[in-house]
Amino acid sequence: MGHVPILDRLRDGLTRTKRRLVDRFDEIVRRADGQTSGGDAIDVDTVEALEELLLSADVGVAATGRIVSAVAGRARHGESLRDLVKGEILEIFGAVAPVAPGVGGREGEDPRQSNGPPSRVVLVVGVNGTGKTTTVGKLANLLKASGKRPLVCAADTFRAAAVEQLAIWAERADVEIIRSGDGADPAAVVFDAIQAGQARGCDPILIDTAGRLHTRANLMSELDKIRRVAWRASEGAPHEVLLVLDATVGQNGLTQAREFTSAAGVTGVVLTKLDGTAKGGVAVAIAHDLKLPIRYVGIGEGMEDLIPFSPQEYVDALFQQQW
Amino acid sequence: MFESLSTRIQGAFKTLRGEVRLTPDHVEAALREIRLALLEADVNFKVVKAFIDRVRDRAMDQAVLRSLTPGQQVIKLVRDELLALFGDTEGGLTKDAPTPRVVLLLGLQGAGKTTTSGKLAKWLVRQGRHPLMVSTDVRRPAAVEQLSVLGRKADIRVHAPETMDPVARASGALAEAKAMGFDTVIVDTAGRLHIDDDLMGELQAISDAVHPSDLLYVADAMTGQDAIKSAGEFHRRVGVTGVVLTKLDGDARGGAALSVVSVVGVPIAFVGSGEQLEDLELFHPDRIVSRMLGMGDMLSLIEKAEQAIDKDEAAQLEEKLRKNEFTLDDFRSQLKALKRMGPLESVLGMIPGLGDLKQAAEHKPDEKQLGRVEAILSSMTADERRDHSVMNGSRRKRIAAGSGTSVEDVNRLLKQFTEMRRMLQTMGRGGMPGAGAGMKLPKMAHGLRPGSAPRGAGSGKKRKKGGPWGLMRTR
Repeated sequence: MGHVPILDRLRDGLTRTKRRLVDRFDEIVRRADGQTSGGDAIDVDTVEALEELLLSADVGVAATGRIVSAVAGRARHGESLRDLVKGEILEIFGAVAPVAPGVGGREGEDPRQSNGPPSRVVLVVGVNGTGKTTTVGKLANLLKASGKRPLVCAADTFRAAAVEQLAIWAERADVEIIRSGDGADPAAVVFDAIQAGQARGCDPILIDTAGRLHTRANLMSELDKIRRVAWRASEGAPHEVLLVLDATVGQNGLTQAREFTSAAGVTGVVLTKLDGTAKGGVAVAIAHDLKLPIRYVGIGEGMEDLIPFSPQEYVDALFQQQW
Repeated sequence: MFESLSTRIQGAFKTLRGEVRLTPDHVEAALREIRLALLEADVNFKVVKAFIDRVRDRAMDQAVLRSLTPGQQVIKLVRDELLALFGDTEGGLTKDAPTPRVVLLLGLQGAGKTTTSGKLAKWLVRQGRHPLMVSTDVRRPAAVEQLSVLGRKADIRVHAPETMDPVARASGALAEAKAMGFDTVIVDTAGRLHIDDDLMGELQAISDAVHPSDLLYVADAMTGQDAIKSAGEFHRRVGVTGVVLTKLDGDARGGAALSVVSVVGVPIAFVGSGEQLEDLELFHPDRIVSRMLGMGDMLSLIEKAEQAIDKDEAAQLEEKLRKNEFTLDDFRSQLKALKRMGPLESVLGMIPGLGDLKQAAEHKPDEKQLGRVEAILSSMTADERRDHSVMNGSRRKRIAAGSGTSVEDVNRLLKQFTEMRRMLQTMGRGGMPGAGAGMKLPKMAHGLRPGSAPRGAGSGKKRKKGGPWGLMRTR
């Protein structure tokens, strides 16, 4: 992380449209910082403007309330409003559960050491149309580039042509794929993939699942079945469950995160489509309400357009005056 | 999970029970709740602001303040204003269009355009039309293939030329429709960001080539505040004629997509409410408003029931009810019809008063229970199902063994059945079921959880209660 090209891409993805938000924020800051000379609380108009700004970024009522009241309640001594708000959001991100080792295992850890620990199994879940298949493709590419040997598993046997879509991604990223026909039992494909992956020495094993609305209990229990079968194929699997959320999602994103966590044990979130005008503020809401870490962000349609999430960069991108 | 809007409003007024007079302060308290609820439903914050101001003006009216049921009055007010917000639209396609009519589906990635294409084609067939579909999405891997698969499933012709030029594909489809006599062309487009200038230009080129009479912006019910911006931009570039609201079968209230109606000024044409190709309906503002208020959606429920239940079968059943001949056999076929209506949870959600999921959670239908009920019924002989009075101890024991349940389970089912029969009898005679009978509906439903086919059917069969990942929601 921290390579300049990555920063450039995030910048590209975020700047073109964060403009308006930044402008408005600047206006609010100028007003707040201009009117007082330390010690005074922020006035009501500013508070309201800030509230609207956060709400319009889908940060949600609860997290917005926390940020605004923390900022408004504090008498300032020289700090700018910008720093206060950024600090508050960073604090929310900072309070999430400690991030588990990355998808590909800990940095520098040799996956084959000490009588070969089993391959890590990563389950990718989410509602329909958030970009699960694309994320699996990009993630495989990212891991491959970092020297791993990932294997992807096409367990979305429901949506028409989902398997073909992943196969194309696998070919592009030049990674192995385990697939089965449309309509096959997804859990069976997962079982095969884990066995094949371990036999071939692939690590990690990335599983693409069918999109499902969190309100469909029977489909949610299918995820439970996949988990049980994964465990049977390799004890401890899945080691990680990533929930893919669309950055344009509104407050329903919170409900999705909650439901998928209780049904499938989500361990982290991937925020996709952050290259539009949506700010993905629901990430703040999720960190605030559920303490789930955001792991990756998708910032374009290209294969390289998936990067690890950094709270600092995210907040900077949201509120920075100049890049 | 947010509480329903109507519950919140009621709650705001509940605190002042016993007070002699209602003051503007009380109304303000209720307005705060309404504001929060609307924001949580992703209604655009500017729309919320204007909306609250309008409701405040009307609610401060003396008639409302003096009313004995201010809560109800305010809910009615909110309902009226919401309806006004969404305008009166009957949904559907535009009225006048040349033949062949061209329908262009557009929107962001993952909104559900391709799936909607298939559903819309199927809907058109139900209207007696002859649609042809074409995919111009040459960017997303396998998108063209996805539409072809949908075409095969729905038995709809898909125009599939060699060319990978989106404009040529669309014009080719129009030419084929004219030559072969198809009366509607559905053009599926690639998902694109409204700020992607190149792709927006491509969309304009497609639109200029085929002159669509309907440009449907496909929006996800779960989308957030950004929806306004994106829909507005699509509208500015190509001129949107209607919105298709997808994934409404979840628990999202669709507030953002609905805000599009008032801000961008485009009506909602269709709503997608399920994963099957049949799950596309005309938009009815009153139903969506009821949903937002959490007041249930009886009309949709009735329509779903009509789709699932055979007419003759229903007439027969009515006859049986009247004669008090309702048997376990009928009960079994009712269960099957119920299954066809979709997940019981969503069916329950449409019943007024059960809209509040918090309350419904108590009656959370359990998949396992339904399986058991079915197993018990299947373990009975035909004679037993026709006339349950022959049931004795040894038959019960046999049924329990055959269905892998206990005699207590069999007894409970039989008891429920008798209760239900008594209740249905009252209804069958045309008498309104009393409060007691009304209460039994959810209770009866308890334990009936259809594992709606074909997705995920059979999964979670052997699940232990409270499995390692707390399968069912525990709230």
